Amino acid sequence: MANVGVFDVLGPIMIGPSSSHTAGAARLGKMARTIVGRPIQSVNFLLHGSFKETYKGHGTDRALVAGILGMNPDDVRLRNALDIAKAKGLKVQFTPADLGDVHPNTVKCLITDEVNESWEILGSSIGGGLIEIKEINGDKVKITGEYTTLITCHEDQPGTVAKVSGICHERNINIAFMQLVRSQKGQGATMTLELDGQVASDLTEEIKKVPGVSRVILINPLGGNA
Amino acid sequence: MRMAKSAIEMIEICEEMQISLSEYAIRREMEDRGVSREVLMEQMQETLDAMREGATLGREKAVYSLSGLIGGDAFRLEQYLASGKSLMGDGIIKAMAMALSSSEVNGAMGKIVACPTAGSCGILPAVILTAGEQLEKTDEELVMGLFAAAAMGLIIGQNATFSGAEGGCQAECGSAAAMAAGAVVELMGGSPAMSFDAGAIVFKNVLGLVCDPVAGLVEIPCAKRNASGAVSALATADLVMAGVGSHIPFDDALGAMYKVGKGLPEELRETALGGMATTPTGVALKNKVFGNA
Repeated sequence: MANVGVFDVLGPIMIGPSSSHTAGAARLGKMARTIVGRPIQSVNFLLHGSFKETYKGHGTDRALVAGILGMNPDDVRLRNALDIAKAKGLKVQFTPADLGDVHPNTVKCLITDEVNESWEILGSSIGGGLIEIKEINGDKVKITGEYTTLITCHEDQPGTVAKVSGICHERNINIAFMQLVRSQKGQGATMTLELDGQVASDLTEEIKKVPGVSRVILINPLGGNA
Repeated sequence: MRMAKSAIEMIEICEEMQISLSEYAIRREMEDRGVSREVLMEQMQETLDAMREGATLGREKAVYSLSGLIGGDAFRLEQYLASGKSLMGDGIIKAMAMALSSSEVNGAMGKIVACPTAGSCGILPAVILTAGEQLEKTDEELVMGLFAAAAMGLIIGQNATFSGAEGGCQAECGSAAAMAAGAVVELMGGSPAMSFDAGAIVFKNVLGLVCDPVAGLVEIPCAKRNASGAVSALATADLVMAGVGSHIPFDDALGAMYKVGKGLPEELRETALGGMATTPTGVALKNKVFGNA
């Protein structure tokens, strides 16, 4: 585990029974919802390792769905999430899977949003309710919810990274961590920036105007007990 | 302020600056998150309140988990306490009752504080609240105790794991009891070095403890390991306050815990495929809950 804070150790305040299988799962679901950023029609949760073996008993299924519905891990409605999803017309499915060499508590969410766009979001619950989103649509990212996180999908061409980081500079936003990966030379690339402090939401609009940038996702920190 | 990566570094920093573990955790968090001391105190008071609620509910009335596998034991202990017949005295019985209460509330999908995890949510509240009553501490002092526990937790989280799926029960209940013992040592006036000695002793005593939940639920044997962890923490605080040190320093003990945890077969790391979970009775209970008989 990297930079652990006091309220990661003593927290979250949550609905039981398992920090990694219930609270972490709720956070993973909520993070997936945030990444998609549009209403969700259906989710097929591919469950790996300990998630696969024990999800029913830990309410992991209820918690993942609660997160997709936007609930926090301390929301008392969490235990009724499956019924709430049904009432709202959200289709959910749980499929045991082998996702390869990943953390024991890992889920891949196959999501269809309201405009029929498909998403594949892979994340792990790494203990004590902490999470890490590791892949979006096959691209490696790192979202922990600890920092404000900015993700751009863009064409792999010179200058794009400089323009995006330039915009951060102009706004006096400090970049704490940075990760850049491309699927293939000259094709699509994905950049993850973890930023210090809060960021105004119109940053997204400005970065969207950078030539070659196809998608921008801004994720606020989860906060101590959220 | 310099950020400690190990117990030995944290002890050095605390000695250099003449501060306690709790003060270290507060200053570090203020710096790291850019928030005021007041905000942190308030957040920790909320944490203490939630802990107290979880540690109390199951003692006032019998609380049963959703599966029905566990419940009513905290209430049983509370009545036993009232009978005045206990062998070990009120403090220990009350601590066990509080630990069981939190675990039962957790199994009932009620609200608890994961400290560090939900499976081990009973230990720190039971230890802090019991020690607080014995030592007649105010809530402000107990909040400081929680920060001291967190300071040790920062080192555990950085260098090992809290996850039963990665390190077995020793990483969950073991870490909780180590942090709790360290916190009580500070509440009793012990030094940061003494707190870490207490943590090291706790880890020694739980080394190899596997995670083997019956039916995959955080109930059997988890609730009783919370009771046991609370007793271990309180007893270890007394050991250390009597002047007993740890021959193996905290960083070594923690490293051993992590290495042993990673060496445990997958069956004994929260998968419910070994240990108590696969005993004939464990399997029968699983079938009873999920109807696979």
